[in-house]
Amino acid sequence: MIAKHHDLIVSMSCRVMAPFIFLYGIYVITFGHYSPGGGFQGGTILAADVILLRMSLGRKATYKKFPPQMGLILGAIGLLIYGGTGLVTVLAGGNFLDYSYLPFPGLSPSDRRYYGILCVEIGVALGVFGVLLSIFDSLTKEK
Amino acid sequence: MNQLPVIIPVSLLMFAFLTFLLGIWRRSLAYPVATAGVTVSLVASVLGLMRVLQSGPQHYFLGGWAPPLGIEYVLDNLSAFMAVLILTVAFISMAYSRQTFLKEVPEKIVPLYSLLLLLLAGLAGIVVTGDLFNVYVFLEIASLAAYAVLCIGNDKAPVAVIRYVIIGTVGACFYLLGVGFLYFATGSLNMADVAGLLPGLYGSRLVVAAAVFIVAGMALKMALFPFHIWLPDVYTYSPSGVITFVAPLMTKVGAYVLIRMLVSVFSPNYLNESFPVTVALGWLGAAGIIAGSIMAIAQKDLRRMLAYSSVAQIGYVALGIGLANPLGLVGAMLHILNHAFMKGGLFQVSGSIRYSTGLWQIPHLAGLGRRMPWTMGAFTVAAISMVGIPPAAGFFSKWYLVQGAVYADNWVFVGVVLLSSLLNAVYFFRILEKVYTAPEAEHGGASLAKDPPMGMLVPMLIMAVGIIVLGIINAAIVSNILQPVADQIF
Amino acid sequence: MMFRSLLDQYPYFISTVLLALGIWGMFAKHNLMKKLIGMNIFQVAIILLFVSSSAKFGGTVPTFDTKIGVANPDLYVNPLPHVLMLTAIVVMVSTTGVALAILLLIYRRYHTLDEREILKRMREQ
Repeated sequence: MIAKHHDLIVSMSCRVMAPFIFLYGIYVITFGHYSPGGGFQGGTILAADVILLRMSLGRKATYKKFPPQMGLILGAIGLLIYGGTGLVTVLAGGNFLDYSYLPFPGLSPSDRRYYGILCVEIGVALGVFGVLLSIFDSLTKEK
Repeated sequence: MNQLPVIIPVSLLMFAFLTFLLGIWRRSLAYPVATAGVTVSLVASVLGLMRVLQSGPQHYFLGGWAPPLGIEYVLDNLSAFMAVLILTVAFISMAYSRQTFLKEVPEKIVPLYSLLLLLLAGLAGIVVTGDLFNVYVFLEIASLAAYAVLCIGNDKAPVAVIRYVIIGTVGACFYLLGVGFLYFATGSLNMADVAGLLPGLYGSRLVVAAAVFIVAGMALKMALFPFHIWLPDVYTYSPSGVITFVAPLMTKVGAYVLIRMLVSVFSPNYLNESFPVTVALGWLGAAGIIAGSIMAIAQKDLRRMLAYSSVAQIGYVALGIGLANPLGLVGAMLHILNHAFMKGGLFQVSGSIRYSTGLWQIPHLAGLGRRMPWTMGAFTVAAISMVGIPPAAGFFSKWYLVQGAVYADNWVFVGVVLLSSLLNAVYFFRILEKVYTAPEAEHGGASLAKDPPMGMLVPMLIMAVGIIVLGIINAAIVSNILQPVADQIF
Repeated sequence: MMFRSLLDQYPYFISTVLLALGIWGMFAKHNLMKKLIGMNIFQVAIILLFVSSSAKFGGTVPTFDTKIGVANPDLYVNPLPHVLMLTAIVVMVSTTGVALAILLLIYRRYHTLDEREILKRMREQ
């Protein structure tokens, strides 16, 4: 299933589309505030993009750019970012995940909540991307 | 100090990811980091229990948003008690299971410890939270980690676990349906808020449907008879280090959610006219006790026998909840505590026997009492407690259950509890007789038996001593921690 | 009048049919993959039930619209069940992932996914 696809049209068109899908995924992550989107949705689109590349270009080419061990490590780092944001708010005096206590200088509390949500969404998106990619990699790896 | 309710689950979550990252870098770091995480959470839960006993229930607003808008974490007597129980058993099992993991699955140590910490984070989160949907989230975190961790090992484990996956997911989805119906009826997801709004909705069919779905879902998760089908295979085929984490804790947390729902959210007599769920729970529990004990007598595999015994013990807890009076409830909660220590000790003994000799069939265990004296001593203490002989802890929880049944004028339940003690005696004393008095077999396994190494022996002895200590101090536990829970409701 | 309100509640009937289909698939089929598909249909039915409960006549997408403003919350669809179902979708995806990995383990060992065949081969060992 993950050898290079035999048809030239499929592999070339997937190669062309892949950066745009990735960009769209990043758009969905960062616009999760006031349009449908957010961390989980954007992370899924990013993972779907890399899975598309794996299926159309084959294992050998994509394992160089996105190695299979990277998935879970990125997932753990992303979720540590999420927890780290929560811990920073606890250390700054508020409750867990109370973004108005985040130490950004010179912003009002509602702006701090705005950027705090963005930090958490980025962490969640990295986590989801890593985990979904590692699910696909572990299901299709060679025995 | 105010942050204690959130430290208990979140520290375990953070340490799970940290264990994974550090373990990939250097494998030998996985065990110390995981133990450090469990220690942090254990200290936080003990401090939380002391704080609750001094100053009453602690409320914690996640993200600073007050309920009913935000998610609330509540540490009251029952939550703090369950949190301390979960983390203590987890700490002892962490110390015990190191040798078995190194022997059975050495190359999968790093993901195994991360998943175990995730499992503990899910279990700790269920008992700490005060929001209905948050219970579903943590329940699924714990269940998914348990599915993954239970199928490491031999060939037959995945087949048992796939059945557990399907039945467990159905149970959790039923719980989610019930929570959804409660939200449609009351408009809130906070437990205390819903408890305040429910008396005004007396007689609404939506609320009755919600209660039935929640009880059915948690009955599937806690392996109440006749929904216990997944339990024997899963407990038999999973690796021995893992089952000491899962067996004392997973079904008990399901029983905790049932207690929380039926006692705090729906008050106990709320549903008696429309659909008597507590009566049904009591009778299913009684049937489970008898069925589980009889099935346990017929088993030749030690772990399968302990699995059916677990089905019977969950029947005790369901019987206590179903009695719907203070004594029955105290008996159920005390039995959760006692059973965690008893089953934890028994599964640790069976794992040690497997580690030392490779045997698991009961007829082959002849004569082990002389070769593994400390292990069989711990087994004897746990067996005495399961039968219900004072001063071991099992006697006192059964005593409260019998008192509760007498108070409710339900003599069938009294008979069931006493009969089941007799059945427990049959299958435990059969093993004790074979182990201590039967002559040794000639073939290999039993003759090279000796006590397991210190790292496995000390936790077993701590469990055995703990059973006796819990029996002696049970009056203090009941009067300080458990009785206020029952008094608040009745 | 009652017939009109029953007809308006058609998403709940569809959700109930899907729930029944999912449960039938889980317990009546013998192939493990079909049981997994039944489990997925069951979870999707619950998601449909929740999301359809949040709809309102005349309501719009629950993001802030400057033309409508915040004065009247009846003009926005209830966003809370949507948020709950995002979490439920994540749980569904994770459960499917874990179950597929377990099915792969079973297939590599027993070379079949039929439940009766697997039990027969387990007993033969």
